[in-house]
Amino acid sequence: MTALLTVSDLRLRYPGGGFRKPSPEVLKGVSLEIAPGETLGLVGESGSGKTTLGRAVLGLAAPTGGSMVFGGKDITRMPQRQRRPLAQDLQVVFQDPYTSLNPALQIADILSEPLIAQGVDANEARKRVGELLDRVQLPANAAERYPREFSGGQRQRVAIARAVALKPKLIVCDEPVSALDLTTQARVLELLIELQRSTGVSYLFITHDLSVVRHISHRVAVMYRGELVETGPVAEVTNNPKNEYTQRLLLAAPTADPDRQRERREARRQLLAAAG
Amino acid sequence: MTTTDIETVVQADAPAKRAGALRRLLRRPLGVMALFILASLIVLGLLEPVLNTHPPTFSSLQHVNAPPGTPGWPFGGDQYGRDIWARVLSSINVSLISALIGAGVGLMVGVGFGLIAGYVGKRTDAVSSWVFNLLMTFPSLVLIIILFPVTGGTFQSTMVIFGFFLAPGIFRLVRNLVVGVRNELYVDAARVSGLSNRRILTRHVLYVVRGPIIISAAFLASAAIGVQAGLAFLGFGAAQVSFGAMTSDAFVNIYSQPVQLVWAAGFLALLNGSLVLLGNAYRDALAAPQATVKRRPRRLLGEAVIKPAVSDTPSSKPAADATSGLLTVRNLWVKYPQPHGSEKAVVRGVSLDVAPGEIVGLVGESGSGKTQTAFSVLGLLPKEASVSADALAVAGESLLDKHAGAMRRLRGSAIAYIPQEPMANLDPSFTIGSQLVEGLSAGMSRREAKDTVLQLLARVGITDPVRTFKSYPHQISGGMAQRVLIAGAVAGRPKLLIADEPTTALDVTIQAEILDLLRDLQGEYGMGVLLVTHNFGVVADLCDRVLVMRSGEMVESGNVRSIFHQPQHPYTRELIASILDEETVRTDPAPGSARTHEEAL
Repeated sequence: MTALLTVSDLRLRYPGGGFRKPSPEVLKGVSLEIAPGETLGLVGESGSGKTTLGRAVLGLAAPTGGSMVFGGKDITRMPQRQRRPLAQDLQVVFQDPYTSLNPALQIADILSEPLIAQGVDANEARKRVGELLDRVQLPANAAERYPREFSGGQRQRVAIARAVALKPKLIVCDEPVSALDLTTQARVLELLIELQRSTGVSYLFITHDLSVVRHISHRVAVMYRGELVETGPVAEVTNNPKNEYTQRLLLAAPTADPDRQRERREARRQLLAAAG
Repeated sequence: MTTTDIETVVQADAPAKRAGALRRLLRRPLGVMALFILASLIVLGLLEPVLNTHPPTFSSLQHVNAPPGTPGWPFGGDQYGRDIWARVLSSINVSLISALIGAGVGLMVGVGFGLIAGYVGKRTDAVSSWVFNLLMTFPSLVLIIILFPVTGGTFQSTMVIFGFFLAPGIFRLVRNLVVGVRNELYVDAARVSGLSNRRILTRHVLYVVRGPIIISAAFLASAAIGVQAGLAFLGFGAAQVSFGAMTSDAFVNIYSQPVQLVWAAGFLALLNGSLVLLGNAYRDALAAPQATVKRRPRRLLGEAVIKPAVSDTPSSKPAADATSGLLTVRNLWVKYPQPHGSEKAVVRGVSLDVAPGEIVGLVGESGSGKTQTAFSVLGLLPKEASVSADALAVAGESLLDKHAGAMRRLRGSAIAYIPQEPMANLDPSFTIGSQLVEGLSAGMSRREAKDTVLQLLARVGITDPVRTFKSYPHQISGGMAQRVLIAGAVAGRPKLLIADEPTTALDVTIQAEILDLLRDLQGEYGMGVLLVTHNFGVVADLCDRVLVMRSGEMVESGNVRSIFHQPQHPYTRELIASILDEETVRTDPAPGSARTHEEAL
């Protein structure tokens, strides 16, 4: 098996709930694999559990069942101390570039932090900051600035630079472009694809936006109420969906063409009418 | 990707050096004064051995109650003939040490446990909160007095104990601040980066919450000084030279030598006052506006009145043709005052029309002024905005110079509004029904209003209107909340509906339903709709005409098909080109999966 990440029958419920009534299960047995250099798009609506799955992989949420194997190591219930070296290989880009960068730190500090945490010498880390900014096409003078001096798209570039600083094998991207403007969104996606081509990093790309998924994913997994309802190559799932929910999801997304959108609307009405 | 990215080019000018809180503190007269007084007192204390003319306990019978100005006794002598000046210097040191010990212990205990309790949460939080709450219930002064024989009565040990009693306040403050910061994404990102908990706490959590801690440290110090002086005044530890003991001595002579009271009380007041004022000034400095990137204004306070344009552009004919369409806007400007006095125009001379029964999409990226334009029509811009137009009319009625009351009436009837975030626009403490009935109750009885609301709720596709009527906002989903707001918006049978990103916060399947509902209602009521959105899919689904805005200006307007198929303006072309094409799916193979494929073969 050459998979980089293998998730098998992952279950998770958040702590809480009543004395005899446990809290609802957020992940109900999810299984997926990500190969090296591959993007797996994880699509779903709010509350489907897609973000929770990403957080479980990152060690920010504790699974209640199943297993996760990353690079040959079982990371299902790895204690935080043992997890630390894993940061070399497993990174994250969050949705909101406004809260994912510490407002009190300069960009240089934000970018050198993961390097220093992994034992890189502080001077060496500062030197690498320039390279990282260059990678994400930000000017070198960005290093001495604070996050608030940047637009949403630029901040997201900083977040991406932080994620690639350690040359990880997998980056969990949780809705990284959904807070951005249309033109910015297209550029950030280009950047992510370019980084993948040059470094061979894998992405677990979590999003609700089907057009984004088409653009960046090799394979797609569709999540609905804590379960994966359909998984497959991107062309197959988005052009020829087997699952009823996937069909509904695809038809609900409006297309940017008045005439084609009219057809899609009709198709959706028929599907809903047929479903009763 | 080209290197001429507009978005990646950071303005090279204005290095915008961050003015630190300390520097901002020094720009305030209050801060400078408080710092100056405090620093002078500290210097006086430090230079005690040089400045004093006698040891503080030296007494001379010739100088009993000597008046101020006696040579060698600048502040005079007290009832035992001791040098008041020397005693003041010594007391400053005692007070400062009291402040350091009391505030130091309070901060160490409070901040330490507050950080841990807030960050770890769960049982640690519960136990430490309980302990600190218990500590808070003890009468601290009484306990300190009772413990006097044990502590030996030195002011240092007294202050250590008092520090523990100061800790609960700081603990609660820090704990609550940390709970707020703990779930920030940058803390998660730091954890993913493999930082140790200690490093996350000091670098990401403590650093962010340091402001309020510094402020309360100043107040803690002043509390410690006050308590030390108070105890000494009452006679506890009066053997030690201190402001409390001096005041107590001077009190005896209040009728014969009232001036003796001035020295101790005056210096004590200066010390405590400077600490409290320093804390206040620092708080003001932290709260001062900074050069932040503004996010969309959430709450609108007051409303700006729209002024007729003061003929900057005399050519445009005022309001002559303003009655033909449903909504007519001519040469609309919205300006905001800037901190350094100038004005910034966010909408620059926009003109637009909406015909009855027409759906017009207003598209643009963030900062394009599309929401500002829509809010001008609603009359909902904040007070500091200066809004002007040659003509602005809804259904033939000019909105120029309309005062707030008239605008409110108009918003209830002719114009309706659907917001972006439905949940934020419902009051969490009232039921859905009462909020909708309240909006209707003008002109009909409560019974009628309730029936109308129930009908409306059924009309907007809510399956169980009676149950929703009785529900509180938190009990319904976001999609339902948007339906409720739509029901409220169409209740007054408006002629013009302004929808600001009505489906952006919703899932796609819900979005499709809401768009269907809007289309149906529009047809049924014959409303004109101004739809503000950034989503071209929504535009294609709903709109008849499209207006494209960029940095406050209208760059293109036209029929929806011509905008999508033959965009004229370069910016519109760039926008349309940025739409991720549905036909192209990613085809380059993933290296890893290709390998597995080969292995499978």
